[in-house]
Amino acid sequence: MDKRGLGGLDRRRLLLGGAVLGGGALIAGCTSNQSDASTSDVNAAGKAGTDNDKPGKPVSIGFSAPAADHGWMAAITKNAMAQAKQYSDVHFEAVEGTNDVNAQISQVQTLIGKKVDALVILPFDGKALTAVAQQAMDAGIPVINVDRVFDTPLAYRSWVGGDNFGMGLNAGLYIGRTLKAKGVSAPVIGEIAGIDNLELTRQRSAGFRRGLAKYGFHVGIRQAANFTADSGQQVMSNVLQARSHLDAVWNHDDDQGIGVEAAIKQANRSEFFMVGGAGSKHAMQEIKADNSVLKATVVYPSNMSASAVRLARLVAQHKGMSDLVGQDLPSSLTLFSATVTKENVDQYLPGAFS
Amino acid sequence: MSQQTSPPGGSGPLPATGQGSPAGPVRQTGSSPGRGSGRPAFLGHMGRVRNLGLFVVLVLLCVVGALSSDNFATSQNALVILTSAAVIGVITIGQTFVIIGGGIDLSVGAIVALGSVWCTTVATQSFGFGGMVFCALAVGAVVGLVNGLIIAYGNIVAFIVTIAMMASARGLAERISDRQSQVVTVESFNSLASTRFLGIPLLVHILAVAVLVGWVLLNRTTFGRRTFAIGGNQEAARLAGLDVRRHTVMLYALSGLCCGIAAIMLTARTTSGASNLGDLYELDSIAAVIIGGTLLTGGRGSLVGSILGVLVFTTITNIFVLNNLTTDIQQIAKGLIIVAAVLIQRRGRRTATP
Repeated sequence: MDKRGLGGLDRRRLLLGGAVLGGGALIAGCTSNQSDASTSDVNAAGKAGTDNDKPGKPVSIGFSAPAADHGWMAAITKNAMAQAKQYSDVHFEAVEGTNDVNAQISQVQTLIGKKVDALVILPFDGKALTAVAQQAMDAGIPVINVDRVFDTPLAYRSWVGGDNFGMGLNAGLYIGRTLKAKGVSAPVIGEIAGIDNLELTRQRSAGFRRGLAKYGFHVGIRQAANFTADSGQQVMSNVLQARSHLDAVWNHDDDQGIGVEAAIKQANRSEFFMVGGAGSKHAMQEIKADNSVLKATVVYPSNMSASAVRLARLVAQHKGMSDLVGQDLPSSLTLFSATVTKENVDQYLPGAFS
Repeated sequence: MSQQTSPPGGSGPLPATGQGSPAGPVRQTGSSPGRGSGRPAFLGHMGRVRNLGLFVVLVLLCVVGALSSDNFATSQNALVILTSAAVIGVITIGQTFVIIGGGIDLSVGAIVALGSVWCTTVATQSFGFGGMVFCALAVGAVVGLVNGLIIAYGNIVAFIVTIAMMASARGLAERISDRQSQVVTVESFNSLASTRFLGIPLLVHILAVAVLVGWVLLNRTTFGRRTFAIGGNQEAARLAGLDVRRHTVMLYALSGLCCGIAAIMLTARTTSGASNLGDLYELDSIAAVIIGGTLLTGGRGSLVGSILGVLVFTTITNIFVLNNLTTDIQQIAKGLIIVAAVLIQRRGRRTATP
């Protein structure tokens, strides 16, 4: 095959052969992405140690989420499906993910029409999907609302989701603690936010400020990127230019973090440490390897959808959460944003999204 | 060759290229006597005068930058701006050709995404540096070719064809990557973005070479003269014996190839391929082309102007980040500056025209 680094004599033939081979390879299978089998992180099923996991009344669960157009959202759908597969008593009806609220509304209506026993909905826009979720509840179908919350509690039986404020808070606390331990008195702290007009970005930033404030620190430079690697690279290369010295940086999202880190490497900067957000597999592997500025990341759990499927199954089978005292499912569950560092990364790596 | 930009008015262009609006030829003939040179010169007085306004805008921006931030007027920062401009600059070169030729390419961002995803799959990466580069270029050129063939021989307007390609190329990118970021492990490829040659980043060299080649191609070859001719008045060009269809195909293939080059640069910069890269690059490149003084209806334009347009955009972003302005203020200011730039550009031209 076309190996690199052959002698000069064969160059022309190599180029030609390489082109032909390359062309063939393009058609044949350059779209293949199989390396190692992707691990799903819903194996914790057997942990609870109660009989809730034993097959019960067969139930059908409908699932609707936005288009899986970025790592975290893709993991949401995958984890929900993987979880449903583990139960022989669950008939799982997932509709194609969409970022068009209109399409998602009709999809949920279709699921209501199918008379599923429970619905798991991660709305593209909580406000826009509130009415149709309430229709489902009115029709007697319990709705498990994932992450983006509906406008009224009338629209869902239970809500399970992440803690954006807590995510920023924990990032701020980690950075504050680490800088205090280093004895830095007036640190320059950078923040690379996600899309700025999203409520979740505002909450994350508010939490971050609160966390830093505990140590008397504040954000020195804050710029927003777009949750994409190219925007992260672009913004960070300019931020590095704006501050010739930084002590710490929090980047809201590990997907855009790939670009942020690339910018840092390209600028040959290493005087500061960085904390990521969301908890991608790539970021955790870097934290584990400990050979870049990335020293920690705050998790926004992508396995919440698996929990949601479990809740939907329980509510459809009229069971409660066995680890809690009481008959009924809680109406809301806020998931903790754990800080993953080199010390505990092994614990979180299996649950990371790629 | 001066008859090319002052075509016989009246006969409208073929509807096939999508410049169906009669405003095109009318404005064309109405405005051409003043500066109707068919051969815009790089350093000749016509070329200089044409881009003078934009150059003034750029100088004004630099003054503002230097006054507002100590970190602006450094050689390091100049290189950051130029490197930021490199990717979108190369795309804009192809876009300039297409628009001068009377078309438009809305699929550039999606082609960049597809190229970056396709050249970073595990399978492609196993071919190493050469395989990845070849793959990105091939994907770009082939997608551009398909655009051109459908537009020229399918007689469908460019706006529709390329907007369709925008959707399907990005969709294919999502399909291949499974919406996950594909990290590049081939170090020689990543080093494209960090390598410096004579103290200047390789990406800036690539942009410079691309601009030079593009300028010669546009202003010193038959290919370029045909591009102006076809954009100016397609029917006249056809009657003059030009193979309009074949030329149209080549224009879109050229734009695709530029996107392939840009995909390589962007992938190396972000050290990853993802289906959400290159988001809205079509708007950025078209805006740069228009600010640069190229007629959206085709037939007249300047490559140097387009590149100045790109530099204006990247300089604005750089100044905003250096001064740590918030996103909302950035957006307001960006809009105002774009309008101001066009006004100054037009005023500069008017006063310069005898």
